[in-house]
Amino acid sequence: MFTFILRRLAVVIPTFLGITVLAFALIHLIPGDPVLVMVGERKLDPEFYKAAMTRLGLDQPLYLQYWHYLTGMLHGNLGESIVTHEPVLSEFLKLFPATLELSICAMIFATVFGLAAGVIAATRRGTVLDHGVMGAALTGYSMPIFWWGLILIIVFSVNLGWTPVSGRIDLEFDIAPRTGLMLIDTLLAHDLDAFKSAVMHLILPSIVLGTIPLAVIARMTRSAMLEVLREDYIRTARAKGLSPVRIVLVHALRNALMPVVTVIGLQVGTMLAGAVLTETIFSWPGIGKWLIDSISRRDYPVVQGGILLVATLIILVNLLVDVLYGVINPRIRHAR
Amino acid sequence: MRFAPRQLALALAITLAAGTAAAAGKTLIFCSEGSPAGFDPARYTTSTDFDASAETVFNRLSEFEPGSTKVRPGLAEKWSVSADGLTYTFNLRKGVKFHTTAYFKPTRDFNADDAVFTLQRLIDKNLPFNKAAPAEYSYATDMGLDTNIVAVSKLDPYTVQVKLKAVDAAFIQNLAMSFASVQSAEYAEQLLKAGKANMINVEPVGTGPFVFKSYQKDAAIRFEANPGYWRKDEVKLDKLIFAITPDASVRYQKLQKNECQVMAYPRPADLKAMQANPQLAVASQAGFNEGWIAYNVKHKPLDKLEVRQALDMAINKKAIIDAVYQGAGQLATNPMPPTQWSFNKTLKDAPLDVAKAKSLLAKAGVGNGFEITLWAMPVQRPYNPNAKLMAEMIQADWAKIGVKAKIVTYEWGEYIKRSKGGEHDAMTIGWTGDNGDPDNWLGVNLGCEAVGGNNYSQWCDKKFDDLVVKARSLSNQAERTKLYEQAQVVFKEQVPFTPIAHSTVYVPMRKEVTGYKISPFGLTSFYGVGLK
Repeated sequence: MFTFILRRLAVVIPTFLGITVLAFALIHLIPGDPVLVMVGERKLDPEFYKAAMTRLGLDQPLYLQYWHYLTGMLHGNLGESIVTHEPVLSEFLKLFPATLELSICAMIFATVFGLAAGVIAATRRGTVLDHGVMGAALTGYSMPIFWWGLILIIVFSVNLGWTPVSGRIDLEFDIAPRTGLMLIDTLLAHDLDAFKSAVMHLILPSIVLGTIPLAVIARMTRSAMLEVLREDYIRTARAKGLSPVRIVLVHALRNALMPVVTVIGLQVGTMLAGAVLTETIFSWPGIGKWLIDSISRRDYPVVQGGILLVATLIILVNLLVDVLYGVINPRIRHAR
Repeated sequence: MRFAPRQLALALAITLAAGTAAAAGKTLIFCSEGSPAGFDPARYTTSTDFDASAETVFNRLSEFEPGSTKVRPGLAEKWSVSADGLTYTFNLRKGVKFHTTAYFKPTRDFNADDAVFTLQRLIDKNLPFNKAAPAEYSYATDMGLDTNIVAVSKLDPYTVQVKLKAVDAAFIQNLAMSFASVQSAEYAEQLLKAGKANMINVEPVGTGPFVFKSYQKDAAIRFEANPGYWRKDEVKLDKLIFAITPDASVRYQKLQKNECQVMAYPRPADLKAMQANPQLAVASQAGFNEGWIAYNVKHKPLDKLEVRQALDMAINKKAIIDAVYQGAGQLATNPMPPTQWSFNKTLKDAPLDVAKAKSLLAKAGVGNGFEITLWAMPVQRPYNPNAKLMAEMIQADWAKIGVKAKIVTYEWGEYIKRSKGGEHDAMTIGWTGDNGDPDNWLGVNLGCEAVGGNNYSQWCDKKFDDLVVKARSLSNQAERTKLYEQAQVVFKEQVPFTPIAHSTVYVPMRKEVTGYKISPFGLTSFYGVGLK
């Protein structure tokens, strides 16, 4: 197992270096720089411009800037935001819990409903229910997130009044961030109303962010289940007179889960990409919106550091999935 | 921090038992459009930044009257100007207190040290504070303060003197702008000693109507009323909260649900529904802005007056206002909005006349038409909500007189850089007034000094420039008005750009909100705003 993890880690290091080059190159390829963006259509004094670029270290050749970025990063220093002057890591740590909380809830929603939909569709193969569930999954997968979010807000928040429109909590509650996870912070503040408010605020964004992963999980579960249900041991189980529920949930689903676990792992990337839009619609103060704002402001350290941190997270999750996969299936672990 | 499940369960149990209710009070929630970059107004240029700091936490030496471009005394009770117009003496207000917060407890009232520190910070790069917290003060530079102020001195604890290099008739207006917000020298000293000078941008301390309480990036900014505010009648709320809501549709839904009581920047498409909603009120005012088409007079054949006149009279402005501004705009004729003093009311647009435009082109020797580039801004601005559509409509108008316009666009920073360098033929651009002074329109956008800068027409007309430069050096408003009116006549004759429209500013709010006034400068402030 240890060599297996080492082998996986050996792939991670060049990937990581590649990401640093990409993150650095992409943001520098976009025309404009932080000073030009800050000044906009206002007057720009050439001396002022020169001084600002020197102070920010942006007058140096690109390879030197990259070198400083890389060495800083290796020392654990991702630099500080050009706009807010706060360290990138500290900004990330302040905002990441919001994205984490939303992603976990969205993933729980997607997994629970995705698995259920997939199992139902597989066991009722070819029926109206199967077509209905898979049709809904395909619709969910194709739905533009922005439109879907606004429709849910108009129906459930404005017309029915069941859920709040946006944000993480009603603003009448001033909850001091301790863990950054609002559900936990409200509990720690012993404020039940605030906790309820936080739960209500999580419902719509979780549904919107979880819709695409739900569709993917449902489709994958269905096809994996169909394959497993054709296996001889299932026929044997049926012949032995086991209850259909037990056959499906214990014998079939457990074996069908292997490809589904991989898909769930891969959805972490999709989810972080989807978070950018979901966070914008629901005014959710997470890292998606933070990165988008930084790109438009050409806040180089934030974009570089932020992308690197997000990419690291995705790499780590994928590594974890690989390891889990190895645990579930020893054949993978021993393959060369 | 790690929490065991048992701890969490215990916390949940206690919570269920307690079930505390939230405090209410007179709280106004404003659905703002974005997160501020920081809370030190001197560093920034946008209303998103100013609304969250300058308009809530701070005061300035002179200030704009709410909802007006008129200046009123602020932290300076009064001021006088020397005969040569180069020395300003400010008499400061006594008994004004800086905010007491968790991070700063003032030991003295506002005085001359604070005014001197505020101005010196903008002009002296070698100030110890500037070395400890290096930053660009680009707005002050833009308004010429860093080069024009030669000395700032304290005459006594409540008198400050400022000496200028050249006469600047708009100096008092400039000091009323958000970037010149007065900082506490005592707080700055405390931060400097603690080695945390940059915290001035994170934890602001001012003398304004609201005290900064907390900020959660991309979520909310919380303020509490300043109980000892020196303009007592201008604080009618207990708490003010900015709910940061970037999407305009979501802001509208929140307003409908009373999750906020005032919202920023509505979508033009939502305005009709908002006006029809009995629970909402929509305040509106002609914007202190203007969108226009600049002609690069250094490029052929735009150097010929007849060509510019022909292009100008071929544009169907009415259709643009209907389609681009969705009716929420006013037709522009002059190089400034009608609410700016010295606006010349006698000027009229040339009537839309395709035949005459063609004959003017023939007279200029380009009767068979020609090709030019027409640049379209890649961003939405208050003065131009959809530059691409505007460019397409003008392209169609010009095609009728045989002018083939190729629409070009660049990333915003690049757009500005290239157009200041004069690479364009014609372009969409515009301006939002900074300080309510006519020079901020005529001098900044059309003066000879501004060629290579904001004078996107690259137009330097001696007659026009002499009038504007002379007006800038006078302090008598009536005399200045005459000169600016004449300058606008020259502008209209020479057509360096075609004024298109002034967009109307709308602020939707709940009916319970009282006393809200729209700032001509596009700011959102809550002076005197209350809730029924």
